[in-house]
Amino acid sequence: MTAIDVRNLSIDLGYGLAKKRILGDVCFSVEAGESFGLVGESGSGKSTILRCIARLLNVWEGDIQLEGRSVTDMPFVEYCRAVQMVFQDPYGSLHPRQSIRTALQEPLRIHRMDRQLERMERALIDVGLDPAFLSRFPHELSGGQRQRVAIARALILEPRILLLDEPTSALDVSVQAEVLNLLADLRAKRNLTYLFVSHDLAVIDHMCERLAVMQHGRVVEVMSRDVLATGQAKDPYARELIQASLEYDQAV
Amino acid sequence: MAAQSLDMQDVAMNGTRSNPNSAFRRLLAVIRELLGNPSSGFGLVVITILVLTAIVAPLIAPYDPNVIDLGNTLKPPSAEHWFGTDELGRDIMSRIIYGTRISLTIITIVSVIVGPIGLLVGTTAGYFGGWYDTIMMRITDIFLSFPSLILSLAFVAALGAGLENAIIAIGLTTWPPIARLARAETLTFRGADYIWASRMQGASSLRIIIKSIMPMCLPSVLVRITLSMATVILTAAGLGFLGLGAQPPLPEWGAMIATGRRYMLDNWWLVAFPGGAILLVSLAFNLLGDGLRDALDPKQR
Repeated sequence: MTAIDVRNLSIDLGYGLAKKRILGDVCFSVEAGESFGLVGESGSGKSTILRCIARLLNVWEGDIQLEGRSVTDMPFVEYCRAVQMVFQDPYGSLHPRQSIRTALQEPLRIHRMDRQLERMERALIDVGLDPAFLSRFPHELSGGQRQRVAIARALILEPRILLLDEPTSALDVSVQAEVLNLLADLRAKRNLTYLFVSHDLAVIDHMCERLAVMQHGRVVEVMSRDVLATGQAKDPYARELIQASLEYDQAV
Repeated sequence: MAAQSLDMQDVAMNGTRSNPNSAFRRLLAVIRELLGNPSSGFGLVVITILVLTAIVAPLIAPYDPNVIDLGNTLKPPSAEHWFGTDELGRDIMSRIIYGTRISLTIITIVSVIVGPIGLLVGTTAGYFGGWYDTIMMRITDIFLSFPSLILSLAFVAALGAGLENAIIAIGLTTWPPIARLARAETLTFRGADYIWASRMQGASSLRIIIKSIMPMCLPSVLVRITLSMATVILTAAGLGFLGLGAQPPLPEWGAMIATGRRYMLDNWWLVAFPGGAILLVSLAFNLLGDGLRDALDPKQR
């Protein structure tokens, strides 16, 4: 089954001569249980696509289908249970004046779910944190711990699709690996579908089976992970990007 | 592995850090910080004394504030009458002590009316934006474009003189700056990731405003209300002075100055003591507001 199906997604801003194309006819689809990467340089529109799917942006044209239903037709409550998002900046994605307990309990209250304490403790254990963290505030946590809490919060509604907007780019390299492994484990355990945005090809290579390379708001090529190792991309820009990434890794 | 050992450490630390009454402890920390700074400490002490005086006024006032003693008029400060007596022989000290009750009533009612209105108008305008924001902010602009004393004069003139109407008039002129402030604060948070996150979790706009945005605006609104209390006291005194606020038998400080004005040249104490009380209390609120801003603003830590 297709989990995410994006067809001809476009965004134009401005009118007349000042009209500027932000996203142009983006098409790709993600199978259920698959992890799909979106790579490209800064400003190529990766996060914008994610925000369209997350319904945080509403001025797009085209069609986005989740599990065979158009996002705009889905009742919002049902949508929330199907899709959640993990944000890039763990320092900005948790409310600074809410304890972890409040952050995790809010979605449960909104959706009137049962066994709230049990679910909250379970969610923290699943991301490798002690349930005692419930009484803490975000400023008492490290960056990696905050991102774990953000993942716990996204998963507490038991979504089937997780949108990940560079979830590790704000973290230290050693913590990055832990969070990536955690995400990989969670996907295997819960059979989640990931849409993973990153500009780091090594991260995408580690996390995703397939990926789309983006440039200037367009998808230039959709390829499988194997292509990253061989460098045999069809599109010249994609080839250049992969080559640059390989050279960078060697230099480091 | 590294993560596990780190987490273990954190768990160990967390065991000693269970805080059931963290709100209370936070309040104590704020008070300690306020007392640590001489100027805000002075403000806090003066306001605490003001509140205590208002509560125990009948016990500490040496005379009844409304008893007229025509054989004892316009007496200068002495051992029997520390602050002297006024033109009807009433003890000025007792009147000032009972006056704290009126001042506190005005302050409390005004902040209870003004805080929620300003917060609600400001946060909704900032959060929803668009035409709602435009309408709300134009209304706010209309209120802001008049000097507050003139506007309250107009309201009192329309509603009729009296303490209750003065309070309503002051309330109507005090909420716009708070609404502006709350709106500005809201605009800085409304694009934050945690607001997007709670919207994605299905939170309604009302829920986001009450649970996520209002707690963020509260500290600065609190500071702003404290600072505007000085203006409220001055406006109340001004209205009392002009004869539109508290009416004569009531020992309101502004009204006391108004009646003392006629005897001011020969009997300075009629005006000096109520004037000093107004000065002291409005100064204390200003200093306390400044101190609160430093204590509550997380950006300065």
